[in-house]
Order: sequence, then C-alpha cells, then structure tokens
Amino acid sequence: MRLVYIIPLAVFATVAAAFGVGLTLKPNIVPSALIDKPVPEFTLAGLPGAEVELAEGFSSADLRGRVSIVNVFASWCFPCRIEHPLLMRLARNPKVRIFGLNYKDRPEDARAWLKELGNPYHRIGVDREGRIAIDWGVYGVPETFIIDAGGRIRYKHVGPITPSDLDEIIVPIIDRLSE
Amino acid sequence: MKASHRAVVLAAVLAVLALAPAPGGNRALAVKPDEMLADAAMEARAREISKGLRCLVCQNQSIDDSDAELARDLRILVRQRLKAGDSDEAVFRFVVDRYGDFVLLKPPMKPVTYILWFGPLLILLGAMAVLVFFFIRRRGTPITASPALSEDDLARLEALLDGDRDEREEP
Repeated sequence: MRLVYIIPLAVFATVAAAFGVGLTLKPNIVPSALIDKPVPEFTLAGLPGAEVELAEGFSSADLRGRVSIVNVFASWCFPCRIEHPLLMRLARNPKVRIFGLNYKDRPEDARAWLKELGNPYHRIGVDREGRIAIDWGVYGVPETFIIDAGGRIRYKHVGPITPSDLDEIIVPIIDRLSE
Repeated sequence: MKASHRAVVLAAVLAVLALAPAPGGNRALAVKPDEMLADAAMEARAREISKGLRCLVCQNQSIDDSDAELARDLRILVRQRLKAGDSDEAVFRFVVDRYGDFVLLKPPMKPVTYILWFGPLLILLGAMAVLVFFFIRRRGTPITASPALSEDDLARLEALLDGDRDEREEP
C-alpha cells in the first residue's frame, strides 16, 4: 500500500486524539491569573459577635511570614459543607494557617455554621459585598488558595476539596512550600 | 377537569400571552436601571465593555447578558472604574489582571493564542497544498494509459458488437 493512503487515517487519528484530550479537560475550571503574584492588598473586618480571634479579621499583611490557606466559603454554599471536614483535618496541620473569606454571607449564618460544623479558621474576614473576592479572581464558592511565606499565591483550587485533592495536591504543595 | 374550568384556564393563558412582549421585541435586560450611570455616554461605554467581558459563572454569556450575581457585581465595578476616570483599556486590564485572558470574549493576539488565530488559516493552506499536489500529479498522467488492443481482442470485440447488432435487428 502506498504511504499516501495513510494520510487521511493519520489526520483522523490526530483530530480524534485532540478531541479525546479535550473531553478530559474541565472548562468550568478557569486557571487563576494570580498564580505566583503577591496577594491583593486588602483589609477585612472579622465576624461580629464571634469569639475574640474571629472577630478580629485579617489583612494581606497577615498572609506573610508563614504558609497560609485562604478558603472562600459561605453558609449558603452547599459544596462548602462537603469540604468542611477536610478543612477541619487540614487545620490540625502545623505547617499551615487557614484563613476564611466569608463571601456574601450574613454574620449570624456564618456564626451558626461554625458552631454546627466546627471552626477550621485561624482568622475570618467578612466580605459581604464580594468586592475583595473579585480582587482574588473568585468566581464561585468554594475556592481555596495556597499562599507561600512570601505572600505569593502559589495554587488555586476551584470547587470543593475532595480527600484526594487534599492528600495528593494541597498537602504536598504545603510541604514543598514549607521547606 | 370540567369544561367551564377549562375555559377559565384557557382564558388565563391567553391573557398572559397577550401581556407577554412579542419575541424579539423589548427583551428583558440583565442590566437593571439602578446599575446604570446618569451620564449616557459613559453608560454606553460601560455597555460596550460589558459586552466584551465573559461571565465566568455561565461562561458563554457576556456580563452584559448575564443575570448571574457575579456578572452584576462586575457590571457595577466596570461603571465604578469608568467614573473614577479609567480609560476603556484600563478597565479591561483591571478585570484581566484578576480573572485572566479567559474573561475576554475576544481573545488577545499573543504567542500562546497564535494557534487559535492562525490555526484555521494553516489548515486551509495545508488543504490547498494537498489539492494542488494531487492536481499537478494527475495532469502528468497520460489519459491512454492502457496498452493498445491486440488482434485477438479486436476480433472478439467485433464479434460481440456484431452479436449485439443482430439481436437488435431481429426482435
């Protein structure tokens, strides 16, 4: 058989392979524009009426000096409930501090949420208007950022964290950044 | 359902349909009056910018079209930036800095997007090259490629044609 007759088959195989790879991609996960950039400048008020530490809030300066996690959550967000036990588990990891960005939530709902499910957060910042979240490029809840000790965003996870996300992606990144 | 009930339901449906705007008429806007700027020229700029920004929640709608809450927040933000004196480019840059190039409905021309912009052209050129190659090769091939008929073949052909003719002559 002459080689020319292979060409259509080769073209088809290439296109099919490209589409096959395309099917495995998740178009709803948009890569963050902020990877390796310093965290945006902000100051967020804490959760009024909560215990002292959570009432304090946090700012960009608090995210320097140690590896941190910023987790965008809301009490109305159902997937947040799914990932919450994993955040509780991560909170026991001494290498990292978790900051909660409470997105478009009512303080009383957020307090009730923490009371019911437990508090994994070192500090909480309340973003009622969602304005600070826009500076973080947030387009859904939950989203989770890993920030290195220099205050740079190194990783962003969109959607609820699953056990394999935690063990295979997030914890290894924290370990690497802590070295 | 009784006939009288059915008539009432039908009347209600017709009344609703009569009130509904005609298709293609005054379509409901995602942009609510309270978001709009008093300055008409600036509002027009805001609308144009919003049409070029993707709503990341729904992805195939612009923030100008989308009813998503984040789209509304971004529409308001675009207007705030314009009021603060930003140029159109500065507003686009502001949003791209936070959400990346994907937020632009018209992708920018840069090395990573070259394949997107020039890929179709390359495929067209490739297909044309293949066609031209085949046509040129075919022109070089002589039309009378088969060898001339031998004496025997000619005789057989003649016999066949004769037989055919005989059949036709005597039905």
